[in-house]
Amino acid sequence: MADSRRLALHALVFDDPERTVAAVRALRGAGFVVPDVHSPFPVHGLEEALDLPPTRLALATLVGGLLGGSLKLFFQSWVHIVDWPMNIGGKSLFSLPAIVPITFEITVLVAAFATLGALFVRRRLYPRLRPEEAPSQPLRRATDDRFVVLVEERDAGFAPDTFRRLCASLGPSDVIAPWRTL
Amino acid sequence: MSATSAALPRPEPLIQRDPSYGELTRAIAAPLEERPGAAWWSAFLVAASLLALGLGCIGYTIYKGLGVWGLNRTVGWGFDITNFVFWVGIGHAGTLISAILLLLRQQWRTSIARAAEAMTIFAVMCAALFPLIHMGRPWLAFWPLPYPNSRGSLWVNFRSPLAWDVFAISTYFTVSLLFWYLGMVPDFATLRDRASGLRQKLYGWLCLGWDGSAHTWQRYDKACLLLAGLATPLVVSVHTIVSFDFATSVIPGWHATIFPPYFVAGAVFSGFAMVITLLMVTRRAMHLESIITDRHFEYMAKVLLTTGMLVGFAYATELFTAWYSGSEYERFTFHNRAFGPYAWAYWLMVTCNVVVPQVFWSRRARRSAAVLFVASLLVNVGMWFERFNIIVTSLHRDFLPSSWSMYRPTLIEVGILLGTFGLFFTCYLLFVRVAPVIAIHEVKHTLAQQREEAHHG
Repeated sequence: MADSRRLALHALVFDDPERTVAAVRALRGAGFVVPDVHSPFPVHGLEEALDLPPTRLALATLVGGLLGGSLKLFFQSWVHIVDWPMNIGGKSLFSLPAIVPITFEITVLVAAFATLGALFVRRRLYPRLRPEEAPSQPLRRATDDRFVVLVEERDAGFAPDTFRRLCASLGPSDVIAPWRTL
Repeated sequence: MSATSAALPRPEPLIQRDPSYGELTRAIAAPLEERPGAAWWSAFLVAASLLALGLGCIGYTIYKGLGVWGLNRTVGWGFDITNFVFWVGIGHAGTLISAILLLLRQQWRTSIARAAEAMTIFAVMCAALFPLIHMGRPWLAFWPLPYPNSRGSLWVNFRSPLAWDVFAISTYFTVSLLFWYLGMVPDFATLRDRASGLRQKLYGWLCLGWDGSAHTWQRYDKACLLLAGLATPLVVSVHTIVSFDFATSVIPGWHATIFPPYFVAGAVFSGFAMVITLLMVTRRAMHLESIITDRHFEYMAKVLLTTGMLVGFAYATELFTAWYSGSEYERFTFHNRAFGPYAWAYWLMVTCNVVVPQVFWSRRARRSAAVLFVASLLVNVGMWFERFNIIVTSLHRDFLPSSWSMYRPTLIEVGILLGTFGLFFTCYLLFVRVAPVIAIHEVKHTLAQQREEAHHG
């Protein structure tokens, strides 16, 4: 597959999520490469149909939370034991229960930022001045009521006739003419 | 289980008249693309005027000092802290709907979550104002934050509930804002793709180049779940910590271990009342009756009934504990609360919060717009008075009878309270003009599931 370069993208447009999933299954079953599907909402069963690997986003949450919480715990202990010890009725300087609330809040705060940050970085979500800079999205209605299945045409292993026949049987509401991506 | 549900009549669909996905987009996005009508403008004018009044009163307070309020040496917390707790509580329903109901996979949340989250953000903004003004010198408001300074080793006392409060409220606000924004990103993309010119640029900027890719949706869903998982303990912690402001003190009437759950239940109760009030008006004004249906309101009424009884149970527990403790001061405080000079406020609270929600045992009441609207307003009044009772009646007759006094708010304090309502409604009215008041992508998802169920069930 090393020399199999992507030549063009075909797009099949559907108006129904169930038919979209069926189409992805059929296309992939017939050996076509479906790099992505654009949809106005997360389609049930699409992840399995596309065989997406599980996301490791939760790892970012965990790391962020642990980092934020432990640093804050350390910082508060340092403040109250080392830098600014206050004797309150002879109570222990290390008063864990009293510093738990803020530790908890900071854990949640940093974990939330880490989750969002990881999502934005991983999926390259950032403010763009021109929407055209957005990753390829062939149809504006994909954020409204259309489900767009992309199919890669490669210089090896792409059978145009089979593709055309399969397309017709899947019942798309529209087929967008392939565009070259090279 | 299946036998029972087969015997029961199938509930009406959450989204009525089975619209197409495109029709849903139009129904929610169209109001944003038209010019606002006379109703919006008149509401906005009223809200903005109230806000201006509030700003004037705040300015006067800061200029003259806190002496313009009705506080005295005995009652050091009055209207301001009452309003603070009231507004923080309002916010809780938004997080409950958006996070806890998401984790519980309650499909009915999708129609109301966005507006409820907006309510959370604006309510917390209103709440945060009060401690700021209460400081008397709001330009020093950064003092409760730990920052390296040139005053020697001087840090915030992290063991103080008031410092916990600062962190709890600011974390709550930030995480709610992130969650709210994340929820709106796909909808901003929808708006971008319907718009042209400057609006397209603005929404394009806001939607972060969203393209609805399956890879993005996968992680997006995960991120929403993770944030919901974080927000759920957070929301419980916030009102818990607010209640610690009282419960860790030694004032009879405040010093009670029941405070955290009591406050959280009350917060959800008052928040749902506010959601009902707001959505009643929003739905009517924006013609969203087929998406925010009577069934949604019926569920919210049930939450109101449940939390109302929880709150009532807490009131009873407080009375019992005061009596059972054998502590003279505890007993006196609660006797004074129920039969003293502020008895009218206590019984108003009991009527609004315990008696009024009982009407929702009746299905007809749960489905009547008029009953829901009036009851939700009464609950809000009752919940405001609950905080007033907790704060003022616990303080005004303290251990030393010679220092007993009464508290009544000055017009300035009333003006500031009205001002926060102005701030809240100004923000909400602006929100319904720039962002979809219903989460478009979530409602479409609900519709798809509804169709699937109808198909297979």
